[in-house]
Amino acid sequence: MIRLHNVSKTYYPRRGDSAQAVHALKDVDLQIPQGRIHGVIGLSGAGKSTLIRCVNLLERPTTGIVTVDGRDLTGLSGAALNEARHGIGMIFQHFNLLTNRTVFANVALPLELMGMQRGAIRERVTPLLELVGLADKASQYPAQLSGGQKQRVAIARALASRPKVLLCDEATSALDPQTTGSILALLRDINHKLGLTILLITHEMEVVKSICHRVSLISDGRIVEEAEVGDFFTAPRTRLGRDFLNDFLKLEPPRALIERLEEAPGKRSHPVVRLAFSGDAVSTPLISRLARECGVDVSILQAKVESIQERTLGLMIAELMGPPAKTREALAYLESHDLHVEVLGHVQRDD
Amino acid sequence: MSSAMIDLILEATLDTLYMVAVSGTISALAGIPLGVLLYVTRPGQVLAQPALSAVLGVITNVGRSIPFIILMVAIIPFTRMLVGTSIGTNAAAVPLTIAAIPFIARLVEGALNEINPGLVEAAQSMGATPWQIIAKVLLPEARGGIFTALTVTVVTLVSYSAMAGAVGGGGLGDLGIRYGYNRFNPTIMLITVAILVVMVQGFQSLGDYLVRKSDHK
Repeated sequence: MIRLHNVSKTYYPRRGDSAQAVHALKDVDLQIPQGRIHGVIGLSGAGKSTLIRCVNLLERPTTGIVTVDGRDLTGLSGAALNEARHGIGMIFQHFNLLTNRTVFANVALPLELMGMQRGAIRERVTPLLELVGLADKASQYPAQLSGGQKQRVAIARALASRPKVLLCDEATSALDPQTTGSILALLRDINHKLGLTILLITHEMEVVKSICHRVSLISDGRIVEEAEVGDFFTAPRTRLGRDFLNDFLKLEPPRALIERLEEAPGKRSHPVVRLAFSGDAVSTPLISRLARECGVDVSILQAKVESIQERTLGLMIAELMGPPAKTREALAYLESHDLHVEVLGHVQRDD
Repeated sequence: MSSAMIDLILEATLDTLYMVAVSGTISALAGIPLGVLLYVTRPGQVLAQPALSAVLGVITNVGRSIPFIILMVAIIPFTRMLVGTSIGTNAAAVPLTIAAIPFIARLVEGALNEINPGLVEAAQSMGATPWQIIAKVLLPEARGGIFTALTVTVVTLVSYSAMAGAVGGGGLGDLGIRYGYNRFNPTIMLITVAILVVMVQGFQSLGDYLVRKSDHK
């Protein structure tokens, strides 16, 4: 439904001065099938905003092709581009509602732009306001609404032209956690009911976890990692992915331990490992087996179980205590059981 | 006070109102579009035309930098061509209008500048054409600011119209100078000033009311 092919965007702060060029996006490839919710996560300045703005050509890519619903948008301009944009809804971090229009008139705006008749507009807007739960606020102005309500109006407005694609630009970043939850539930509901394809950008793992099917990690204008959400949360492949995950799970070794960690194993040190297990591994009593079969003691420093998209994810930071040969054996054992094992370092034995 | 004097004051009041009304209306009709044009042709705006924008900016600045009293006499030939005479209220309305157009234009441009650019972006994402953005986003969102601009302009026109006496334009300022100052009649001077104060106060209140009513920010 949405396809970005080799999309790059370069800004020239001073015309033609290539030394000053800012490469906001570099060779981005992205493919989102119909009906899916795809998240793009990254730190601020990574190029998320540019990426989403390239999809409806609010930013024109310097090179590359953007296709939405089988139509090459990069080849369009003027009236044809405006026509294509009717098929792409967009919501924003700061809602961007017109302050001098009522809730009803805000939702009606895209339809007015399309030249729809008054009666037809009313028929279209009323059910949309019901869908987002704001039918009773139709004649109020945005200033009278809360943040969550404003975003609901913006969602109704984005859906008014019956788009096939919805772009969400940090749609929940200005909302409190509870309101975020209800907006995400609404988006999931819309995705389900209308089969809408959703591309969202965010810096919050919570958003990715709760509604995305697939996620891309963007860093410095490049997509560095892309995975199904369940896989990303169990085994991110990049350093940045792990940072995001650790930050989200708050599963870092205790500070005192970090200071004692050494890169290389020594004669008198134990490995400290991060274990991520999902699927069958969760229900297997691995730790006790480890103790029994490999003869290593396991000291659990931190542990957590998360449920992500009907998959259970267990995470643990543990110290494996035993002679080097035994601990090596233990690591091999864990890896053979579909666990994601990461050695964080080694600590000197206390004894 | 003689009834002739009262008639004179009344006539001068109507003259002032007439000059302000004519020049205010025409300058608004020309100044608001010019202000919009100044804004939308800026680089990065919906109808970006950097060259046109620069030229319009220079013209506007020239218009604003000429002192009104000089403008009034400098354009006498133009005034005569336009209204057939170079004296009287109609003749005074011409330079008042010319002076007010760039004034309104800059104020309107400023009002548009206050609009959150995100609103324009949202409209673009909905497939709005530049003209639709002007008609459905920029003008309605700047409504309050435009009313403020018009109020400031009308109040300025009231005081500028006092200089219209220089071209025999009549009006309260002219009356105050000729009867109050030249003929040493402080009562007339006070009355004309008082009427001007009330007039300005009235326009300001009306403007404030319109701003409040039109703006839902």
